[in-house]
Amino acid sequence: MRLVTYRDALHAALSQAMEEDPTVCVMGIGVDDHKAVFGSTKDLVKRFGPHRVFDTPIAEGGMTGVAIGAALGGLKPVHIHIRCDFLYLALDQLLNLAAKWRSMFGGQMSVPLVVRAVVGRSWGQGAQHSQSLQSFMMHVPGIKVAMPTTAYDAQGLLLSAIADPNPVFLLEHRLLYELTGEVPDYCRAIPFGKTVVRREGDDVTLVANSYMAVEALRAADVLSGYGIQAEVVDPVSLVPMDEATILNSVRKTGRLVVVDTSWVTCGVSAEIAALVAEKAFDSLKAPVKRLGMQRTVCPVSKPLERAFYPHAGTIVAEVLDLLGEQRLDVQVPETATSFKGPF
Amino acid sequence: MRWKPTTGPFAVDGQEDEAQMTAEQGYALYRAMLRIRRVEEAIARMYPSDKIQSPVHLSIGQEGVSVGVCLALGPTDRVYGTYRGHGLYIAKGGDLKKLFAELFGRVTGCAKGRGGSMHLVAPEVGLMGCSAIVAGIIPVAVGDALASKVQGSQRLVVVVFGDGAVDEGVFFESVNFAALKQLPVIFVCENNAYAIHSRVADRHRQAELFRYGESLGVPGERCNGNDVFGVLGTMERAVADVRRGCGPQLVEFMTYRWQEHVGPNTDHAEPYRDPRDIERARRFDPLNCAEGRLRERLDLTDDRIAEWETDVQRDIDEAIAFAEASPFPDPASLFEDLYEEAPSCGS
Ligand SMILES: Cc1ncc(C[n+]2csc(CCOP(=O)(O)OP(=O)(O)O)c2C)c(N)n1
Ligand SMILES: [Mg+2]
Repeated sequence: MRLVTYRDALHAALSQAMEEDPTVCVMGIGVDDHKAVFGSTKDLVKRFGPHRVFDTPIAEGGMTGVAIGAALGGLKPVHIHIRCDFLYLALDQLLNLAAKWRSMFGGQMSVPLVVRAVVGRSWGQGAQHSQSLQSFMMHVPGIKVAMPTTAYDAQGLLLSAIADPNPVFLLEHRLLYELTGEVPDYCRAIPFGKTVVRREGDDVTLVANSYMAVEALRAADVLSGYGIQAEVVDPVSLVPMDEATILNSVRKTGRLVVVDTSWVTCGVSAEIAALVAEKAFDSLKAPVKRLGMQRTVCPVSKPLERAFYPHAGTIVAEVLDLLGEQRLDVQVPETATSFKGPF
Repeated sequence: MRWKPTTGPFAVDGQEDEAQMTAEQGYALYRAMLRIRRVEEAIARMYPSDKIQSPVHLSIGQEGVSVGVCLALGPTDRVYGTYRGHGLYIAKGGDLKKLFAELFGRVTGCAKGRGGSMHLVAPEVGLMGCSAIVAGIIPVAVGDALASKVQGSQRLVVVVFGDGAVDEGVFFESVNFAALKQLPVIFVCENNAYAIHSRVADRHRQAELFRYGESLGVPGERCNGNDVFGVLGTMERAVADVRRGCGPQLVEFMTYRWQEHVGPNTDHAEPYRDPRDIERARRFDPLNCAEGRLRERLDLTDDRIAEWETDVQRDIDEAIAFAEASPFPDPASLFEDLYEEAPSCGS
C-alpha cells in the first residue's frame, strides 16, 4: 500500500487503464494543458499522444454525443468536466441517448462511456460553479453513478468504471483532491454497488457521501467526546446502491441522519430516507433527518456560504437534536481546508 | 476630429472604421480604460490578502473592447456579459463602491454579495447580468432584443462573449434566431486569443470567428480590439445600422489576455503562451496606444494624466474603504430573493 492524494489516485488509475487498454482515451476541456484538471491528467498527452488525450471545443452537448459515438465505435472514452455544472448542457446526450441506447435497441449494444466531473465548493464558487448533479443522473435509469470519497475509492472506481460496458458517471469533489489515503501499489478495480462503513457506532447512523463523509467523520469525533457513538456510512456507489449496508446500520442504531452534497429535495437524502421508511421503518426510534445545501441559490459571500452548506457543526447539532440532548456549548471548529482558490 | 485606427498585429488590413469624436470623447475613452486598468491592478494586488474570496477573471489588456463598446451605447441600451466582467461593469457605468463591496462579499455589493466577481450586475445602467456558463447568456440577450422589437422600443442589446463561446451550439442557435427575426442585437466576440489555455485554432478549423455570422445571415467583421478609437468607430456604425432596422450585427474584436485565465497573477512562461504574443501585447497595450495618440493629436499633457491617475486612485481608495466598512449579509437573509412575491389571486 502507499499513501497518495485523491488527485494522484485518479491519475494512477487513468495511466494504468490507458497502458493496459489501447482503446481508452481521455477527452475534455483542458485535459492536455499544464493544469491538467487539477493534476489528474498530468502528462498523459506526452505518454499516450494527442489522438488518445485531447482537448475539446467548449461544446458539452456535442462532445458528449461524440463520446457516445466513439464508445459505440469501439473506443472507451473518459470525458472529463472540471465542474459538473457544465453537464446541464450535456443532459440530453447523457439521459436521452447514453442511458437509453442499450435498452431502447433491445440490448444489442452498450455504451462504454465514463464521465468524470468535479463538484466545486468554497472560495466563492457561487451560483454556477458549486452544484452537485448526482440526483439528475440517478433519477434516469441507465447510467451508473458513484461519488468516490477517498483516494482508494477514486482509484478503484475509476478503473471499474473504465472496465464497465455501460455509461458511468463519477462525481468527484474539489475539496477531496488534496486529501491523502492508502491505495494498493498496483491499482485494482473495486466493484460498484458497495456502501462503505467509515466508522462504527451504535447510537446513530450518519449516511454521508463524498466530502460530506469527511465532515460526518469530524462530527462523529466531536460526538464521541459526548459519549455518542455515530456510525458513518458512505454510499459511494449510488447506482447501483448497496442498500443492505445502510439498512443494517439503521437497524442497529435506530436513528438516521442523511447528509448529501446537494439539495435535499428529490435528492440522495430523499432516496435514502425513502429506502429506510420502506424497509426498516420498524427499527426507527426517531424521525429521519436530512441535511444538504439549503434550498436556495449558492451565494458567494462567506457568511452566507457558511450558512448554505452542511458541515461538521450542523451535523453535530442535528444529531444532538435527534437524541433530545441540549448541548448548546458544543463548539465545532470550521473545516481546515488548504483550498484557497482562485478556482 | 477624425481618428484612424492603428494598425498592428491584431488589426485587420483595410479596416476603415473611424470614429468622429471630440477631444472630450477621446479623453473619456482613455479615462474609462485607465479606470479599469487601475481597478484590476488593485484587485490583483490585494488578492493575496484573501479579502476577495472568489475566483477573479481580470481584463487587463482588454480594456479597449469594453470601453469602445459601452461608450457607443446610450443609457437605455443594455449589455450582457461573462464572468470576465469587471471591465464591462465599469465601462457601462457601474458604481465602483458596489463593485468592491461585491468582491468583498458585502451586503452593499451590486448583487448584495451573492454573485461575486463572476456575476456582476447593474441594471440601473443597463448591465443586465454576467453569467459564468460559457455562451449561456447569448440567447438571453437575443430575447431581450426580441422584447425590444415587439414593444417597438428603441432599446438595443449588446452581448459580449469570449472566443470560447463561439464553440457552443447555443451561439449558432442564437445568431440564427436573431437573423431570422431581424432583432436589434449586436454580438460582440471579445477574442483574447485563448479559452483558458486553448487557442482558437485548437478549437476551430475556420478560425475567423466573425465569418460564422455570414452563413447565418448576420454581417460580421473583425477589428483591432486594442485600439479603443477603432472599437468605438466600429460600434458606432454597427449601432447606427441596428437602429436603422438593418438587423443584428456580429463584431469580433481582437485583443489579448495578459493575466492568467483566473486569478491575480500572470502566467507568461506557461507553455500555452507564445512569448512573441506577450511582446506584441506589450507593444500594443490599449492604454499606451490611446495615450500616444491623444498626445499626438490633442494637447494631452503629463499633468492632465497625473490628475486623472489621482482621481482614479481616490475613487478606488474610497470604494475599498466603503466596501471594508460595509457589513456582511446576515446569515438569516440566506433565503431572501429566491422568488419575487407573486400577486395574490384571492381564495
Ligand atoms: C459551458 C461551460 N463549459 C466550460 C466552462 C469552463 N470555462 C470557464 S471559462 C472558459 C473559457 C472561455 O473562454 P472565452 O469564451 O474565450 O472567454 P475568456 O475567458 O477568454 O474571456 C471555460 C471553458 C464554463 N464556464 N462553461
Ligand atoms: Mg478567450
